[in-house]
Amino acid sequence: MGEMIKVGMADLKLCKSPDGITTLGLGSCVGIALRDPVNKIGGLAHIMLPDSTKIQNNSSIPKFADTGIQELVNQMVRAGAVQSRIVAKIAGGAQMFSFQNKSELVAIGERNVEATKKKLQELRIRILAQDTGESYGRTVEFFPETGDFIIKAVGKTPKTI
Amino acid sequence: MAKLDLNHVDGIYFDVLKEIGNIGAGNATTALAQLLQTKVDMKVPKVALLEFSEVGEAMGGAEQIMAGIYQAVEGDITGSIMFLLEEKSARILVAKLMGMEEVHEGEFTEMEISALKEIGNIITGSYLSSLSTLTNLKIISSIPDISIDMAGAILSVPAIEFGTLGDKILLIQTAFSDDVKLDGYFILVPDLESYDKILSSLGM
Repeated sequence: MGEMIKVGMADLKLCKSPDGITTLGLGSCVGIALRDPVNKIGGLAHIMLPDSTKIQNNSSIPKFADTGIQELVNQMVRAGAVQSRIVAKIAGGAQMFSFQNKSELVAIGERNVEATKKKLQELRIRILAQDTGESYGRTVEFFPETGDFIIKAVGKTPKTI
Repeated sequence: MAKLDLNHVDGIYFDVLKEIGNIGAGNATTALAQLLQTKVDMKVPKVALLEFSEVGEAMGGAEQIMAGIYQAVEGDITGSIMFLLEEKSARILVAKLMGMEEVHEGEFTEMEISALKEIGNIITGSYLSSLSTLTNLKIISSIPDISIDMAGAILSVPAIEFGTLGDKILLIQTAFSDDVKLDGYFILVPDLESYDKILSSLGM
């Protein structure tokens, strides 16, 4: 067994087999697990907001879906991954409170998921599996060795997608 | 007019925010004591400006189960306020409020959820009213909404709001205690204009 690398909120990291990578308590944020299945180089990004171009204060690369995913792909390619082989699994984007009546923040989870899909499509990265939406938090663990993406939620049995 | 950059809060601004936290939490303690009809002590609140990645840890880990009561703030300032309680503290408070002898385990009942919302409403209400008195600004809060889940997941909501302003989140931690210790946290998220309004109304 390798180590378990931790990714924080608005953060991203690389991970190579046999290590695993995790991020705890995803709410409306989205966790994006990427993997090159041939050389088993992977990575995980924990993004908070959909679009860096819509916000003035946008110096943080891992905070946004557009810049965060791009950066993770770049880092993986530098580490030896081949972009055309990279595949994705995504989780999160929940709506934690039923009311969120500030217009720009309405269903931010959903918007994060949409922006994530859009960016992945733009990079021609296929989404193999997803567990998104609903109204509960998720902890995820990703293993580049197998591509297993384990999702844990309070009061639910962990599932592997 | 004062301009606040959340990435560079220091010195006097930080002191002002801290003092608002102090007074607000003090009033909240009085409200809690009246609600429970018992003596409640409060430790001096800790005010911290944290990186997003540190927030979960500050509350005992991102997977720590908490009750988060969330309300929108309207009036002269706009934004939102959240009051968070550790699950254990939430159960104790609910049991006290409902006059139960024992703390109930397992899933929260509908009654308990309502009681928690009301606790949150009263505590944030007294916090906001002291902020309102201090600044002479009209501040109204909406009907509370609640989530009982992992700290990280609940906090993603105010963190995202802060995320549109900067790379840090302002957290006020308060430990209430009577015969048991209760850990509570406030997160006030005014939008950027409202921050400026608060600071200028205080003569900053």
